[in-house]
Amino acid sequence: MKRFIGFVKKEFYHIFRDKRSLFILFGMPIAQIMLFGFAITNEINNVEIAIFDKSKDATTQEIINKITASKYFSTNQLIENENEIESVFKKGFVKAVLIFEKDFSKKLVKENKATIQIITDATDPNTANTVTNFINSIVQKYQQEVNKDIAIAYQIIPQTRMVYNPELKSVFMFVPGVMTIILMLVSAMMTSISITREKELGTMEILLVSPLKPFQVIIGKVFPYIFLSIINAIIIIVLSIFIFNMPVQGSLFLLGLESVLFIINALSLGILISTISKTQQTAMMISLMGLMLPVILLSGFIFPVSSMPVALQVISNIIPAKWFIIILKAIMLKGVGILFIWKETLILLGMTLFFMVLSIKKYKIRLE
Amino acid sequence: MKQDNVIIAEELSKTFGDFTAVNAISFKVKKGEIFGFLGANGAGKTTAMKMLIGISYPSSGKANVVGYDVFTQAESIKKNIGYMSQKFALYDDLTVKENIVFFGGIYGLKRSVIKVKSEALINELGLQEVANNLVSSLPLGWKQKIAFSVALLHDPKIIFLDEPTGGVDPITRRQFWEMIYKTAHNGTTVFVTTHYMDEAEYCDRVSIMVDGKIEALDTPKKLKEQFDADTMNDVFLKLARG
Amino acid sequence: MKIILFIIQKEFKQIFRNKGMLPIIFILPILQLVILSNAATFEVKNIKFSYIDNDKTSFSRELIDKFNASPYFNVLTDFNTEKEASSAMLSGEVDVVLEIPQYFEKTLLKDKRASLSVNINAIDGAAAGVENVYINQVVQSFNKNARAELMQTQIIENATMGSQVKSIESIPSFWYNETLNYKTFMVPGILVLLVTMITLFLSGMNIVREKEIGTLEQINVTPIKKHQFIIGKLFPFWIIGFGLLTIGLILAKVIFNVPMLGSMLVIYLYTGVFIMVILGMGFFISNFTDTQQQAMFIAWFFIVIFILMSGLFTPIESMPQWAQYLTEFNPIKYFVEVMRMVLLKGATLTDILPQFLKTLLYAIVMNGLALWSYRKRN
Repeated sequence: MKRFIGFVKKEFYHIFRDKRSLFILFGMPIAQIMLFGFAITNEINNVEIAIFDKSKDATTQEIINKITASKYFSTNQLIENENEIESVFKKGFVKAVLIFEKDFSKKLVKENKATIQIITDATDPNTANTVTNFINSIVQKYQQEVNKDIAIAYQIIPQTRMVYNPELKSVFMFVPGVMTIILMLVSAMMTSISITREKELGTMEILLVSPLKPFQVIIGKVFPYIFLSIINAIIIIVLSIFIFNMPVQGSLFLLGLESVLFIINALSLGILISTISKTQQTAMMISLMGLMLPVILLSGFIFPVSSMPVALQVISNIIPAKWFIIILKAIMLKGVGILFIWKETLILLGMTLFFMVLSIKKYKIRLE
Repeated sequence: MKQDNVIIAEELSKTFGDFTAVNAISFKVKKGEIFGFLGANGAGKTTAMKMLIGISYPSSGKANVVGYDVFTQAESIKKNIGYMSQKFALYDDLTVKENIVFFGGIYGLKRSVIKVKSEALINELGLQEVANNLVSSLPLGWKQKIAFSVALLHDPKIIFLDEPTGGVDPITRRQFWEMIYKTAHNGTTVFVTTHYMDEAEYCDRVSIMVDGKIEALDTPKKLKEQFDADTMNDVFLKLARG
Repeated sequence: MKIILFIIQKEFKQIFRNKGMLPIIFILPILQLVILSNAATFEVKNIKFSYIDNDKTSFSRELIDKFNASPYFNVLTDFNTEKEASSAMLSGEVDVVLEIPQYFEKTLLKDKRASLSVNINAIDGAAAGVENVYINQVVQSFNKNARAELMQTQIIENATMGSQVKSIESIPSFWYNETLNYKTFMVPGILVLLVTMITLFLSGMNIVREKEIGTLEQINVTPIKKHQFIIGKLFPFWIIGFGLLTIGLILAKVIFNVPMLGSMLVIYLYTGVFIMVILGMGFFISNFTDTQQQAMFIAWFFIVIFILMSGLFTPIESMPQWAQYLTEFNPIKYFVEVMRMVLLKGATLTDILPQFLKTLLYAIVMNGLALWSYRKRN
């Protein structure tokens, strides 16, 4: 046992003496949280709109004012003819062009109908859709005002309640995702690198010849990273709570336990990677190139899984990150207890065992 | 015939913060000599050598290698010297031939010249069978000999060897030193560091570094007389205790 | 010049001899491009919909049917109580609960107004917003039909009312991507990411690896000039970057039908300069690190930040001013812009001149810094 502790101590020394890596290890989550909290958002702001007003009357001006007044849009560009539309889009700043038809006011009064064309640059379909919807709602509001003296009969009014996140803060979506990504990548990468480095340097053989059992070597190697990752998790949670008012409706204790489970999961994945990598370079590349994009894209972090093609939804089930994100959101935002997330927890547990068993098998083969 | 000094060091020093690794050493090396730069591990040998070959700035003092100043003309020095590092620095994932071609090319040799030299080298070392094998598959002793020969490809005036015989068996060591003799005989100066004191016997002159200073500098014979010792090993022990 | 060729020859040999890395460099990115691009969508589909029908009339049934008929919603189940429904939302079984109050039909007829209660799981705020829009669309469409029917039976009373309603109709039109195909938008972006990641990681690790095994010292003792060494080292990765780009573009066209309106020459010209920026970064990082691990970490740190701030997943215009200013230093941002503008809008070199020039400046500065900070002597 003493030997084992000595071994673990050595591992800790390795890590803490590498100041640069340490800086990145802790700096990364902090930087990411800051970015996600302050800079990155799906909400639209200050979208540049160009106006092609064929009427230039009081009504169109009112509508334009309403749009300008909204914080979502800014209307600095004026267009005078059709040809300009193409060139204004090509430059890339303007996302939408509004075209008011000729004799707008007159048509509205006489024929009770006038049209506005909303042409959006749909290279980013998401923004295009959102912009269209928002402009639509501004126009609809204006329409209601115009019609306010005329009661519309038989109105069905949906009263909508946004549950768990009334202000629709995008931070709530992102924090669980960021936490998952960081824990997963750091744990998997660090572990796989640490083990393959010993292999490359040749010191692994020395360890194997020592009285330490193989599984003690592995656990000893992995132990400091559990510790580091837990600190990382704590940093992320604390920052999210205090800077972004991220709620933790559920039990912090449960949150902690689940986080530890996920960390162990990621670490065992790292161990598995190290069994198939001969060199550090390979281990690093597999961890980064092989894990980063799939985890970001398939875990439900940014894109909703339910909207993906079925084949990808199936694949996303084997990504541990996906399950952990569900657990995180459930605990932090919905405030549930273990009863509601036992299924996901069990899946994570199962995956962890699977990785471990596979690693042990591969490890044994190598030794023979 | 006046013998030129190919290396002249005057009060050469290197400090790292508070620690002085090389403490004002002065010595001269003659052309064609086999000069042994001895000392225990950590005495400062490698640090001193790195200054002479232009990959480490001296903290103070002066040095001249093949007539060029170490401070200001390092790149000219490099054209005229060869180097074999402690790690043998050949590319494991290249074949013997490819390593030769690469290093020859780096020194500006023409491909036709490289071809000729390559064949000569391979034949001389008896490597015909393994010329197209990856260096990683060769035993340590062979790698060492290849590294030595590669360092000589461009016919340098001096060759610097940093602990070249570490980790190989005595027979291979003997063979290696025969290669060194041959090289010196051809007029190339050999500057070799080692902590194997028995190898000191093979050198023309030897200096012994202790804690950054040169505590002894002469031929092996004279040193043994001076310290009343039978072997260089004993000389060193007496010095270290000194 | 010849010396550079020797280095290039060696590098290529080493890269292609590394059997373990080859699939990672080529196959992995391609696989990811093909598979993961399909994941990228902000469309909201298969919304897990449930309802509580307290009215239980054919009228309320009609409303539910409308949701059934909509391609966006999956009507999963109905609940008897709010408690059941909340519990289901907690466990993630449903994301929307529509509650139709008792006497819904009667209230509408009598008071001319009626309300519905809608609960939406808003953890994903953006998705919730879209779901809300869709729900409103369905309800409004239902409302319109209901109103028309009801008006018919009360024509005399409301004859004048309906006709005086003024309506402003907005006609949306989506340019460059009529079908709002998100892949068209994402595939070029993901390709950019993959090319960037590979070239940055490889170049960063490569030089540090020579440091670790000791061959860098050997090189530093030779009379080789700094620029010869660097050009020779980085050139193969430049080529690999182009190779990946080419394969990626072909796949983008063949598999995803991404439009390629602009000139390929412009794309390649820009990419050439862009990869130089990335390689310069990798080289620069390697000058300040001693181990491959450190180099990878630092590279990873920057890559993640660059990716997040590139405008690929979230629009740059939505960021606060200070963040937008920071993105000026993000080379990926320019690459993503150029790809989209040239491929999807057919922009020409003149149109992308600002991005091109900025990237060129970046390349010069980055490589200059890297060269300057590389020391053959310590």
